[in-house]
Amino acid sequence: MEAFLTQYIDAYYLRIFVLIGINIILALGLNLITGVTGQLSMGHAGFMSIGAYTAAILTMQYQAPFWAALLAGALLAAFFGFLIGIPTLRLEGDYLAMVTIGFAEIIRVFFLNFEPGGKAVGLYGMPPNTTFVLVWGIVIVVILLNAKLLDSRTGRALYAIRENEIAAEASGIDTTRMKVLAFTVGSFLGGLAGGLYAHYMSYIAPQDFGFMKSIEILNMVVLGGMGSIPGSILGAVILTIAPEMLRIVADYRLLFYGGLLVILMIFRPNGLLGDVRIYDIKKRWFKKEVG
Amino acid sequence: MFWEQLLNGLTLGSTYALIALGYTMVYGIIQLINFAHGEIYMFGAFVGLFLVTVAGADLFTALIGAMIFCMILGMLVERIAYRPLRGKSSRLSALISAIGVSIFLSTLMALIRGTNTTRYPNILEINTYHIGGLEISSLQIIILVVSALLMIGLQLLIQKTKIGKAMRACSQDLDASSLMGINVNRVISATFAIGSSLAAAGGVLVGIYYNAVWPYMGMMAGLKAFAAAVLGGIGSIPGAMIGGLTLGVMEIMGVAYLSSSYKDAIAFAILIIVLIIRPQGILGKKITKKV
Repeated sequence: MEAFLTQYIDAYYLRIFVLIGINIILALGLNLITGVTGQLSMGHAGFMSIGAYTAAILTMQYQAPFWAALLAGALLAAFFGFLIGIPTLRLEGDYLAMVTIGFAEIIRVFFLNFEPGGKAVGLYGMPPNTTFVLVWGIVIVVILLNAKLLDSRTGRALYAIRENEIAAEASGIDTTRMKVLAFTVGSFLGGLAGGLYAHYMSYIAPQDFGFMKSIEILNMVVLGGMGSIPGSILGAVILTIAPEMLRIVADYRLLFYGGLLVILMIFRPNGLLGDVRIYDIKKRWFKKEVG
Repeated sequence: MFWEQLLNGLTLGSTYALIALGYTMVYGIIQLINFAHGEIYMFGAFVGLFLVTVAGADLFTALIGAMIFCMILGMLVERIAYRPLRGKSSRLSALISAIGVSIFLSTLMALIRGTNTTRYPNILEINTYHIGGLEISSLQIIILVVSALLMIGLQLLIQKTKIGKAMRACSQDLDASSLMGINVNRVISATFAIGSSLAAAGGVLVGIYYNAVWPYMGMMAGLKAFAAAVLGGIGSIPGAMIGGLTLGVMEIMGVAYLSSSYKDAIAFAILIIVLIIRPQGILGKKITKKV
């Protein structure tokens, strides 16, 4: 299948499709933390870099099998997500946002000085194991599991925390456990996407995972619509394609990108698909109920 | 050695404080992390540079010119990118809009001036004084004195004038203030104007102190200043001053006694530790949550 694709689809488009897939995994991870549970995290690129570096070092320097390296990267990212989840028990809102920014910056500076990670130069020459089929296979599994999770008792508990934490607690939800859970699962996905990214680009450096990268992922979630799986997917698709489309304006690309964000937020303040859940779409299409 | 480092720290810290004030004032009233604030600071530095090199202004004319320019820029940003969103959207959409403005402004400056670092001309004769073994440059004295004067001026403005009173009222309760006949939009506009002019002053001072300005200088400075505002307790004006000075001193001490390659990580590490011990920041008010 992969051979078929590479033969008939232009390499440039194939590359964009793969990056869209990786970005969907990133956006769905952050959506779980920020969109669904309402815990503003602005350091998702930090988790991504942990996954990327761990997986890259394991395959390059320890000749680990690719799947094991991916899994190890994702698990290590999940562990850090768990650690960051703990202060959320006491911090909220923008204080939490600041801690996540700080965490991601510390990770970036750490990798800047990390000998096995090639310091500022970064790592290159990872085996290009990430294929189109693999990425989209993982994307489909992640979407299905995510939908399953959000439509479960746990998922509704997470939404409840976002809507009103005190009311959620009064209803018997263990808010502490749920918040840490959201952080752990979300950063697992971030680490997974990082590992895939590293083995697709075959080159990673600390500056790839800076504050702007975290912001880019947050933009996908908010632009698409907070807490919505189709929204996060749409956000990831648009924000991956937009910079490519804007190549025609060359130097003015980022100028348009910035302006576009402002205009979109003014006209669609709740995101393009704010709070549309897969469940609702199903209901609308199959039962012809109009909500 | 120690006292000199302390002095360097206070100098750096007072510029952080000037920027942090804008964050905290805006946050205090509309609970928005104004991510474009770092770019306002960058614009201030460039306008100052322009006035000095092209118009041949002296330091104080440049300072005041930059402050007036950024005052207008800040009000314009608020009018275009934040006001249309107010009241009908979540705080997060406003945040994304702010990020859009930030990307827009830094790209705009990069297009105008190129991405290289520009040197500030020497507009001052720098003398070094020795006071009891302590070495202090005239530049440091100017930065400390100007920052102190601006902060005192701000305190007077907030405590003694009518607009200051209105600002305090708005930060307590926006709706109630509106009911009491305060023109809330005007107060918010004024807040942006004051905050932006302080950031511009910070920009000019930093430009002279480090002798360099570049279009992306706003991001790291903005992050650090936001960290300072959170450290002091976001929404609190004395908090922003104390937070800025603390962060500046800690950072310089960290570089002097620990490691310079971890410079950016030190500030954030301290921040995280302080927030874990004291989640509301140094001077922040403990908010009791009510249903």
